[in-house]
Amino acid sequence: MKRRDFLKSVSGLAAAGAVTPAPAIWSAAKADARSETLLIVSESGPNNLDIHGVGTNVPGYEVSWNCYDRLISHEMKSGPGGVPYYDRDKFKPELAEDMNVGEMSVTFKLKKNAKFHDGAPVTARDVKWSLDRAVSVGGFPTFQMGAGSLTKTEQFVVVDDNTVRIDFAKKDRLTIPDLAVIVPCIVNSELVKKSATEKDPWGLEYTKQQTAGSGAYKVTKWTAGTEVVMERNDAWVGGPLPKVKRIVWRMVPQAGNRRALLERGDADISYDLPNKDFVELKDNGKLNIVSVPYSNGVQYIGMNVKIAPFDNPKVREAVACAIPYQKIMDAVLFGLAKPMFGAAADKATEVAWPQPTKYVTDIAKAKALLAEAGHPNGFETTLSFDLGFAGVNEPLCVLVQESLAQIGIKTTIDKIPGANWRTELNKKVLPLYTNVFSGWLDYPEYFFIWCYDGKNSIFNTMSYQSKAMDEFIHGAVDAAAVGNAAKYDTDVKGFVDLAFKDIPRIPLYQPYVNVAMQKNVSGYQYWFHRRLDYRTLVKA
Amino acid sequence: MLTMISKRLMFAIPSLIGVVIVTFLLTRALPGDPAAYFAGPAASKEAIEQIRKKLGLDKPLIEQFFRYTSDLAHGDFGNSLTTGQPVATEIRNRLPASAELTLLGLVVSVMIAIPLGVLAATRPGSWIDHLCRVTTTAGVSLPVFFTGLVLVYVFYFRLGWSPAPLGRLDVFYSAPPHVTGFYLIDALIARDFETFRSALSQLILPASTLAVFSLAPIARMTRASMLAVLASDFVRTARASGLSPSTVIVTYAFRNAMLPVITTLSMVFSFLLGANVLVEKVFAWPGIGSYAVEALISSDFAPVQGFVLTMAVMYVLLNLIIDILYGVIDPRVRLEG
Repeated sequence: MKRRDFLKSVSGLAAAGAVTPAPAIWSAAKADARSETLLIVSESGPNNLDIHGVGTNVPGYEVSWNCYDRLISHEMKSGPGGVPYYDRDKFKPELAEDMNVGEMSVTFKLKKNAKFHDGAPVTARDVKWSLDRAVSVGGFPTFQMGAGSLTKTEQFVVVDDNTVRIDFAKKDRLTIPDLAVIVPCIVNSELVKKSATEKDPWGLEYTKQQTAGSGAYKVTKWTAGTEVVMERNDAWVGGPLPKVKRIVWRMVPQAGNRRALLERGDADISYDLPNKDFVELKDNGKLNIVSVPYSNGVQYIGMNVKIAPFDNPKVREAVACAIPYQKIMDAVLFGLAKPMFGAAADKATEVAWPQPTKYVTDIAKAKALLAEAGHPNGFETTLSFDLGFAGVNEPLCVLVQESLAQIGIKTTIDKIPGANWRTELNKKVLPLYTNVFSGWLDYPEYFFIWCYDGKNSIFNTMSYQSKAMDEFIHGAVDAAAVGNAAKYDTDVKGFVDLAFKDIPRIPLYQPYVNVAMQKNVSGYQYWFHRRLDYRTLVKA
Repeated sequence: MLTMISKRLMFAIPSLIGVVIVTFLLTRALPGDPAAYFAGPAASKEAIEQIRKKLGLDKPLIEQFFRYTSDLAHGDFGNSLTTGQPVATEIRNRLPASAELTLLGLVVSVMIAIPLGVLAATRPGSWIDHLCRVTTTAGVSLPVFFTGLVLVYVFYFRLGWSPAPLGRLDVFYSAPPHVTGFYLIDALIARDFETFRSALSQLILPASTLAVFSLAPIARMTRASMLAVLASDFVRTARASGLSPSTVIVTYAFRNAMLPVITTLSMVFSFLLGANVLVEKVFAWPGIGSYAVEALISSDFAPVQGFVLTMAVMYVLLNLIIDILYGVIDPRVRLEG
């Protein structure tokens, strides 16, 4: 066969392919099912359907959010780019029909017609049992409850069948918001208690495999690592009945295939694609792409202030002046992030977090600062990152490495596998690294308690300890609890300024949550947990 | 025959014990702390310790080992932390998926490679010999991962002939009633031809990917051993006696050339089970390869141990079957009982 003939026959084949429609493998009934089903594809799936379980992963939170109810939830407001965005300060009842905040307690009246998936009514005893469970099981749920000063089972009091009172351990502005996060979900206590054993008093083994809530959806099939199938609960009273009857959530590990599935119109929604794919999808306009900045989240370069030479603030400032900020925005993130650098020199500090620093890339200044600090010829160090997020971290670190080399700092890049990352971070021995932190509760002082406070929590990865910082942070927490706005504002500005002056961690950008969906899918809402809320999604 | 099988199985016991010990130690030597990993992003030191206690990882290594072996003896492989399910159930559910894919890949490969090898050997230097050389070289030099992606790109994304690479079945089909765990066979047993078609169409691309990859060793080995046999005295005698070329090639030469091919096949099969890992990733195939890799990434001990142990058992069984096959094909190598 001659080359020309070969090409001809191949192009003939391709043309034939273009006109042949995809095989119509589903019958009419299946086509109906398709229009009522939403197909979600993502990289990984849940390992536990209950957020109270041991080591439940983040995809598991999504199941909990949609299959369980909380007493209260948040209202929506219009967020960046007009995307509906949860309103931090406005609460709406979900299982409760009424919330009454007193001086040192809050009382909830439950909706009388609320029922669990098995038909049992939701009672105050279920609420108490569920909240007791959250503060007792240990691990992440207990920790999250503690963030709102909810630590003891005595705080949850059954007043009557339909009324629950929660007593405050102390005045804390985060207590009410903490009741609207994923953890304090209400579990069908009678059902779960049947499966509880002496070793497992809270029935965690049972709820790991099936949902026992009153939420808008219930899991009907779960094949770990492969798919989760959820059906709508038509008796849901927590809000308006969701439009989508059935959710099929398939795990597709290959990012390229997730994109192909979206572009071919087979999948309806995906939300973890590489930034580059999102930019390209956005440009070709076949899909709806929503990008919203993480609330209270920042990607940063951290420096361990206990390790020389980063114990010297001048060295830290020099590094902050040598970061190739704009290059990172363009080449690594393709613009899909909110810059947290380069604020105008005369811009006043705001009472907000995150907010941009005034640092820009200035190699000459960095060199001068380094010389001043006594390292005119630079030094050697390692730059570490989490391989679990290599897509962003690796190019980012290479750019930083290049840029630091210009001021004489020679860095060796240390790639740490995902499973190992947290262990290494916990040891607080990494001198220089990049990481991301974001808090569910969107309050500046919440972020700072974890990341800058002298009690040196695991997120204070820099081991930064400063008396002045602690005073500002605790001042702001106390001022918020009693509603002293003026003091609160001064203290927040105080800690932000100090964090930027001492610069133990260099903010780079606020990452975006990127969601790609078909044009006929609408109703996406941004939540603090950044996972999907199926209840408002609509498939036309 | 039976004594031989039982003897062989006896010999396998020490190696299995070795595998148990080595996998236990190796998984413990993995970097990373499962307790820290599973305590979640916001865990305090105390929370991590609580998790460690729950997982029994605070006990001395020797105690952990004895607990592990006694669980094994009861058929309990432990629990996977990443998927939250018992490892034994997971492997039982996932093994058929991998096996179905691998076997089909192997069958496709054998159907192409053996005729190709035989033809190449009977006509050395001809165009078919060159074709054989080019295809096998190309097949083996393309990483499975890449072949898989190209096939998806061309046949799913561009042409739309193939269904979405979403695992064993289309989203809107449910699995046939479980008999063997092989969807093709189960669908036929249930006389559900629509499901059969769906399962088959999902299998074609991944199986072809594996086939392309495994063509080389089988075709090359067939060609080489056929060449050797065709040059031997008894073939010359057969030809001289005026037997038809097809009788000479099929009955005399091919049967004698089979032994090394069978050995290669067994190697290729175990090898394919490994190569599966990548193919499973590309096609979102719920097999044991992707399961083990996921577990490894999150330093989840139990599935890794379960996986290695299952593979070891499979190798032992496979080798046994191959040895028995030898005896069937060539009575001269019948093993001593």
